Amino acid sequence: MVEFAFSDIVWNLLLALRWTALLSVVAFIGGGAVGLLVLLARLSSRRWLRRLTRGYIEVFQGTPLLMQLFLTFFGLSLVGLDVPAWLAAGLALTLFTSAFLAEIWRGCVEAVPRGQWEASSSLALTYLEQMRWVILPQALRLAVAPTIGFSVQVVKGTAVTSIIGFVELTKAGTMITNATFQPFLVYGLVALFYFLLCFPLSLCAKSLERKFHAAR
Amino acid sequence: MPLVDLIGIHKSFGTNPVLRGIDLSVHEGQVVALIGRSGSGKSTLLRTINGLEHIDDGVISVDGEKIDARDTDLRALRLKVGMVFQQFNLFPHLTAAENVMLAPKVVKKAPQAELRALAVEMLEKVGLGDRLDHYPDQLSGGQQQRVAIARSLAMRPRVLLCDEVTSALDPELVAEVLAVVRKLADDGMTLIMVTHEMRFAREVCDQLVFMHQGRIHESGPPEQVFSAPQTEELRQFLGGIG
Repeated sequence: MVEFAFSDIVWNLLLALRWTALLSVVAFIGGGAVGLLVLLARLSSRRWLRRLTRGYIEVFQGTPLLMQLFLTFFGLSLVGLDVPAWLAAGLALTLFTSAFLAEIWRGCVEAVPRGQWEASSSLALTYLEQMRWVILPQALRLAVAPTIGFSVQVVKGTAVTSIIGFVELTKAGTMITNATFQPFLVYGLVALFYFLLCFPLSLCAKSLERKFHAAR
Repeated sequence: MPLVDLIGIHKSFGTNPVLRGIDLSVHEGQVVALIGRSGSGKSTLLRTINGLEHIDDGVISVDGEKIDARDTDLRALRLKVGMVFQQFNLFPHLTAAENVMLAPKVVKKAPQAELRALAVEMLEKVGLGDRLDHYPDQLSGGQQQRVAIARSLAMRPRVLLCDEVTSALDPELVAEVLAVVRKLADDGMTLIMVTHEMRFAREVCDQLVFMHQGRIHESGPPEQVFSAPQTEELRQFLGGIG
């Protein structure tokens, strides 16, 4: 059996931390892009599109992330697609993130006063032009703080991907615990690393909230 | 041929009829004021002219551009009709000049070099040539409303709709906005306004339109409407506002 020194534990956790960070970034960027499409559909004038996206959002908000992950991982293999754990994890987290971000952003878009829509309509802007030049720039200011706040949830959400065998921080912690029989130390370090990843994001969200609250 | 022609306009909010068969013609260069009690339909009527309110029946024609209840593409109409709102509705994330330049840039694809000159020209017209790079929250209410007027004019509309443009202003700021509107009227701009400024309406308008319960109850030149109201409702309305 290999002896694990404290530095080995930290080093191996740090290696795994990279995957947690990468998965978070992928989920966040992918979820942001998909979320923007969901947002536009959610705000569409076509009723069936609004209903469809509302259903999409309700499903992802109303079921545990773990179930979404299982369904993605096992569901894809059921239809004959044998996907690696990292792909299923990335996909499930992307969909999960997109639903929440779309809903956060919808609130921000709806917080832009109706007069802004009317003024830009009266200037002959089309719906997409209104969105691009008038509504989204204002909604964006409102959205920055809650969006970054939600990214903390995404980072912590990556932990469940350990279940399907993706070796990120939590999975690495489990593996090292099995080898060292020092669960308190190892999981304590795992928690610390999550905190070091999330705390700056929380701080950033708070400071941006203050900044944009004061700005026009 | 009238510049703006409204024929048989009907509009309901749910089961509540707001406009019950409006016919109104406005000729080029005319200045028309819509007056009446709140709930009489005057603001709704104004908002139908650029399609902000969808009509249930009737035809709206502006400078040959016709729309009826079935039309959903309103861009051509809106290119001919400008609008100024009670609450200004300036874009708060853009400077005064950017507010003015946005629609010409996005809708008309005007070249960058012309845009700045256009902003200067329009803002000078409303007396704000020195406020180009100010954001709306750095301007007084009266200045904001003048920027809003400049923003509409930058699209070179054939007719300008003014929806109670001084109602949200502190009393001491009303005059500067009215002066700009008066200058537009003097320059020959076709204006249709909803207003509570009776003295201003009397001085500037060619025609007063008194609306009551979703219909045009009485209309005519201001002297006639003010000095010899034909109906009891108009008499009461004019009496009520002193």
